[in-house]
Amino acid sequence: MKGAALLAILSHWRRHPLQLATLIAGLALAAGLWSAVQAINAEARASYARAAEQLGTAGLARLIPETGSIPIARYAELRRSGWRLAPVLEGVVSFDRQSFDIMGVDLLQHPQAPALAEAAEAESSTPLEALRPPGRIFAHSETAALLSEAQQTHPVTRLAALPRGIAMADLSLASQLLRRPDSLSYLLVLPEQTPGLAPLAELAPELTHLPARAAASDTGRLTDSFHLNLTAFGLLSFAVGLFIVQGTIALSLEQRRGMIRTLRSLGVPMRLLSGLFIAELAAIALAAGIAGLAGGYLVAAALLPGVNATLAGLYGASVDGSLSLRPGWVFSGLAMTLGGAFLAGAQSLFALWRLPILAAPATLARGQQASRSHMFSAFCGAASIAAGLIVLYFFQGLVAGFAFLGALMLGAALLLPLLISAGLSVGARMAKGALAEWLWADTRAQLPGMSLALMALLLALAANIGVGTMVSSFRLTFTGWLDQRLFAEVYVTATSDAQGAELAHWLEAQGITVLSRRYHDTRFKGAPLRVYGFEDDEAYRSNWPLLDASPDVWDQTASGKALLINEQLARRHKLAPGSILEIKPGWRLPVAGVYSDYGNPNGQAMVSLPALQKHVPSLPNRNFGLRADPQEITGLIKLIRQEFDFPRENITDQATVKTRSLAVFDRTFVITAALNLLTLGVAGFALLTSLLTLWSQRLPQLAPVWAMGVTRRQLAAAEVLRSLILAAGTAVLALPLGLVLAWVLLSVINVAAFGWKLPMYLFPLDWLRLFMLALLAAVIAAALPAWRLSRIDPADLLKVFANER
Amino acid sequence: MNANIILVASSLIWATAVQPQGYAGLGTDAEGFAIPKPDTRLTFPADHGLHSDFRIEWWYLTANLEGADGADYGIQWTLFRSALAPGEAAGWQSPQIWMAHAAVTTKDKHLFAERIARGGVGQAGVQTHPFSAWIDNWQMRSADETLEEISLSASGMEFSYDLNLMADGPLVLQGNAGYSVKSASGQASHYYSQPHYMVSGTLSLPDGPIDVTGHGWLDREWSSQPLAEDQSGWDWFSLSFDSGEKLMGFVLRGARGDFTSGTWISADGTAEPLAPGAFQAQPLNISDVQGREMPTHWHASVPDKGVSVEILALNPQSWMGTSFSYWEGPVAVIGSHSGKGYLEMTGYE
Amino acid sequence: MVLTIRNVTKRFPGQTAKTAVLRGVSLNLEGGRSLALTGESGSGKSTLLHLAGALDQFDSGEIEIDGTCLSGLSDSQRSALRRRDVSLVFQQFNLIPSLNISKNIALHARLGGGWDEGWVDRLADRLGLSGLLQRYPEQLSGGQQQRVAIARALAVRPKLLLADEPTGNLDETASAAVMELMLELVRESGTALFLVTHSEAIAGMLDQRLHLRHGMAA
Ligand SMILES: Nc1ncnc2c1ncn2[C@@H]1O[C@H](COP(=O)(O)OP(=O)(O)O)[C@@H](O)[C@H]1O
Ligand SMILES: [Mg+2]
Repeated sequence: MKGAALLAILSHWRRHPLQLATLIAGLALAAGLWSAVQAINAEARASYARAAEQLGTAGLARLIPETGSIPIARYAELRRSGWRLAPVLEGVVSFDRQSFDIMGVDLLQHPQAPALAEAAEAESSTPLEALRPPGRIFAHSETAALLSEAQQTHPVTRLAALPRGIAMADLSLASQLLRRPDSLSYLLVLPEQTPGLAPLAELAPELTHLPARAAASDTGRLTDSFHLNLTAFGLLSFAVGLFIVQGTIALSLEQRRGMIRTLRSLGVPMRLLSGLFIAELAAIALAAGIAGLAGGYLVAAALLPGVNATLAGLYGASVDGSLSLRPGWVFSGLAMTLGGAFLAGAQSLFALWRLPILAAPATLARGQQASRSHMFSAFCGAASIAAGLIVLYFFQGLVAGFAFLGALMLGAALLLPLLISAGLSVGARMAKGALAEWLWADTRAQLPGMSLALMALLLALAANIGVGTMVSSFRLTFTGWLDQRLFAEVYVTATSDAQGAELAHWLEAQGITVLSRRYHDTRFKGAPLRVYGFEDDEAYRSNWPLLDASPDVWDQTASGKALLINEQLARRHKLAPGSILEIKPGWRLPVAGVYSDYGNPNGQAMVSLPALQKHVPSLPNRNFGLRADPQEITGLIKLIRQEFDFPRENITDQATVKTRSLAVFDRTFVITAALNLLTLGVAGFALLTSLLTLWSQRLPQLAPVWAMGVTRRQLAAAEVLRSLILAAGTAVLALPLGLVLAWVLLSVINVAAFGWKLPMYLFPLDWLRLFMLALLAAVIAAALPAWRLSRIDPADLLKVFANER
Repeated sequence: MNANIILVASSLIWATAVQPQGYAGLGTDAEGFAIPKPDTRLTFPADHGLHSDFRIEWWYLTANLEGADGADYGIQWTLFRSALAPGEAAGWQSPQIWMAHAAVTTKDKHLFAERIARGGVGQAGVQTHPFSAWIDNWQMRSADETLEEISLSASGMEFSYDLNLMADGPLVLQGNAGYSVKSASGQASHYYSQPHYMVSGTLSLPDGPIDVTGHGWLDREWSSQPLAEDQSGWDWFSLSFDSGEKLMGFVLRGARGDFTSGTWISADGTAEPLAPGAFQAQPLNISDVQGREMPTHWHASVPDKGVSVEILALNPQSWMGTSFSYWEGPVAVIGSHSGKGYLEMTGYE
Repeated sequence: MVLTIRNVTKRFPGQTAKTAVLRGVSLNLEGGRSLALTGESGSGKSTLLHLAGALDQFDSGEIEIDGTCLSGLSDSQRSALRRRDVSLVFQQFNLIPSLNISKNIALHARLGGGWDEGWVDRLADRLGLSGLLQRYPEQLSGGQQQRVAIARALAVRPKLLLADEPTGNLDETASAAVMELMLELVRESGTALFLVTHSEAIAGMLDQRLHLRHGMAA
């Protein structure tokens, strides 16, 4: 009996292959985008973890200085108290105009030492040579190649186990390169400690103890927000995919009601039937899940470079390696697909379970029943939005921001049917002509079957508007900010401090204003802080993008009595003009102003150059900004090149710097644009499948109209129009939703994720483009059903009138 | 964990045999390290401190102790210095590398620990005013610049100790007024000892703390080339007899014949270098120590002094499984003289 | 003659000349008169009705509606004919669920451009629908829905009214009432009524009768 019943159930798909294809495609899409995002996240996380592991510091806690750095005398004291600690000094070094992240370690203490020693021995050097001049740099072979090219002074040892981009060296070399002979960035707490030592908190109250898990991936923490972002996108796509599937599952069961009744009257128990349907759905979901995973893998592989660009652009974090299948996202993807399929099919399966043997064919919910369900859905939507607002009001931060966004999007989606329905009745009232009236009324009648697809479209459009507005606002702000920040006409980087001094001297002799840009890297409350020393110049006073300032900000700062900090530092540590900041132990200055500093994940401060020089001797002096008449720029550059022998890249004019910065910016948001387009595509597909799903239910409504003399072509046109009306209505409603979304992204999410708040700009042309895109999607979605309708055999329409229906 | 690095660091301390010969006359070797000279006269307190012109140096203290429970214990506290280049520099540029070993030995347990450090940053070092030698929280400290009265501490994962040592006799210059020849071809070191310490203090062992008293022996030695090319290791004895006399003797095992030397210290502290070959030691019994065959039972003799004794390891498994590994442990002496002492055996691979 | 059917044959795909559903059927029907088409289930009654309504195409013979031959007409011409001159009433009523009764009644007439408000009001009145105009089809009983379908069909003032078992879904009383009303209105408006039924009683109420057997008039 089981076999026979199963065959009967499955025979449905032979007659409805398109339906099966839709079902599988919908589920596969949902699974695909979700697992693509998960794959990307897993890859990035694994990459961060690998980096920590490769540095040998994976399971180790850290001691991080609250201010600046740790003096080595302090390190010695802590060692002498018995704690086994390994010192680390981090910084950036330029060789031949290329920057490298240097990680200085005590080769005698660092956990990674055995691997380094082995690598050195493999190159027939003794590990101890790395402790003596000229030292030795250890790096991943890619980085090593760059290093060997950029400098020849220090031999470079290739070590595949090190993360890309990091140059590891003994502290004897690193402290010299970084010009930090007496200070350390942080201390690793080594695994084996003798018992009975005084607690670190007591011995070193000025150092923050970062537990192993938190310390393990600095990058991981920094980029969490980005990954949360991706996950939100993935979830959105997944939900949209389920919208597609829900209708199809419902229809496939609906169409088999007759068969179910027959089978039941033939004595097949309901329990068995339900089991068979569940098994069928599970099998389809599994097949779709596997297809989706394959697709997801491809999508992820295609997106990964974009993700890398984004991460590099926003956080300076690098994700290396190619994509690999990880059980984590593979199984979660399959589980999500199965769960999603049952979630989408739950209502239909439940209805099936309760189907009486002799039920009349189902009719679509329409009229009052439909409007009652619209009201209920709208009520839930309003409640959801209210809940989101409450969360946003009472909680701060990234998760609250995303929770609000989720609630807002869900709420708006639930409100949609009521709003569209109201819009359609207005349309119907204003319609002239019988056909138009019928069209509006019929569109409204179709709403229940379309509303899930429309919700998907609404979400996709709103996400597009929101994210698009965010990115465009960011770009506009960023461009304006670049104009302010990059006020010097020419930027020059000398190859050495000596050359720098010579250059500055020569330029001044030429009567050119030289603004040297010198900085000192330190740490503030455990996070990197770069302190710039600037020379007082009118240009700063008139250009620098201050967001908040005390009255005589420039006089105070220029005289060394105060400092300026960037917005991220201000927000992260709740600093404002008037707050006191300790740059180095014993050097405390009040904040006089806060300036915007987009695209920089780290804290930054500006003090007057003489003050910085006083506290930090031997600052590197290689970067200069030159003021020049715009017409003279080319000549000036040529002159400098003639006079000084340095590489072409070391002199850039303002325009080039701006172009490059914007290029980096644009690369940063490649992934966002790609995901946006994908979501919109999925929504378009949802529209198509719901129209196809409605197709067979549409004929009984179309046949009488056709019999009254409306041609099939007119009906087809009406079909497209209907889709257009719905898409247009949805797009109109998506606009305010998208703008709210943009506002939350700019004012809540960005602040929490990056530490800067951005003004919001409106881009009506983008909206128009998106509106057209939505209409295009609607036309494409309606094209197939319309085409089928225009060429339908009258006999198929006449079947509607057959009495024995 | 840092096995490789430390191994190489240790190899610098122990196996400088590869250094070319023949620079002795110039006073420095090829890399600029000073060479021990027979006419050097040791001066104190300066020579308690470090000699950074020499490649290697150590502060080596062992003690035979008796617990309040009547059981025998031995402790070791050693600070090695090894230089990558002569001289000292500030901070991470310092060429000095420090390594320390500490151990506690009982009849059936041998607990040990190791520490390693850079010079220049203060994690390890030796200073003379007042005297202090340290690495991390292990230290040997005096209240003044002499070594008359010192405190000693070290700790490992399973043990720690805190001891006070009081000298009961004068410093002893080994070899020829502190110039100790190590091979027939002339390798030598500067070497003096304080073998007369009265020790009291506390050991902390896995079973709990225990008060101890006993006798300690400090060796100070520095050089740039202690072993000859053909020498593979040594067996070194420091013995304190119940009569109050003391014997330091060593055998440097070489492919071209063993080189033995020693010092006889009479009860009043007068030192008398033994003629080459006057000290003899033969293994009596071999133990399996961590897969190696090692003599943990010896016969030693100094016919001139009427010494003919058997030397028995308190714990034959006194293996220092540190990055450079060797055997070091307390021994009991019976025979013509009875007493206690320490035995060190290196180069058994 | 409003409807002339001459020797019409119709084959569905897979049917041979011998098994064709219609094999040479002819009939004539004048305005104001009614014809009952009877026959066994599957004898081709609905098929013939669809042909007469220009809803489907036949293989040979000719059908004329008010002098217009159907055989040469394009799809849009046939649609135009249906909009203006032909109305249909089916067993399933086939009302538009999304439109209210008043709009349902008006739909066909307005599509055909023959919208006459006074006539529609009268029709609604006669069919007892005046109080139901603002309701929706799902809120009406079967008899009421069929009366709406009849009103919608007659509102066009068609030359030809085609009805396929219009009372098939109604009980006997409702069915008789609906039939009486329909015949009365048809006669008044001079419309020709071509009605498929399997009920002898209803067939008896009509002016003419044609019985189909094996695709031919019996
Ligand atoms: N579209 C079609 N294709 C093939 N056969 C058809 C089609 N429509 C009707 N038939 C067949 O034509 C015959 C006549 O049908 P129909 O006119 O509906 O009969 P009636 O209305 O008299 O019951 C039946 O045997 C039916 O199966
Ligand atoms: Mg029929």
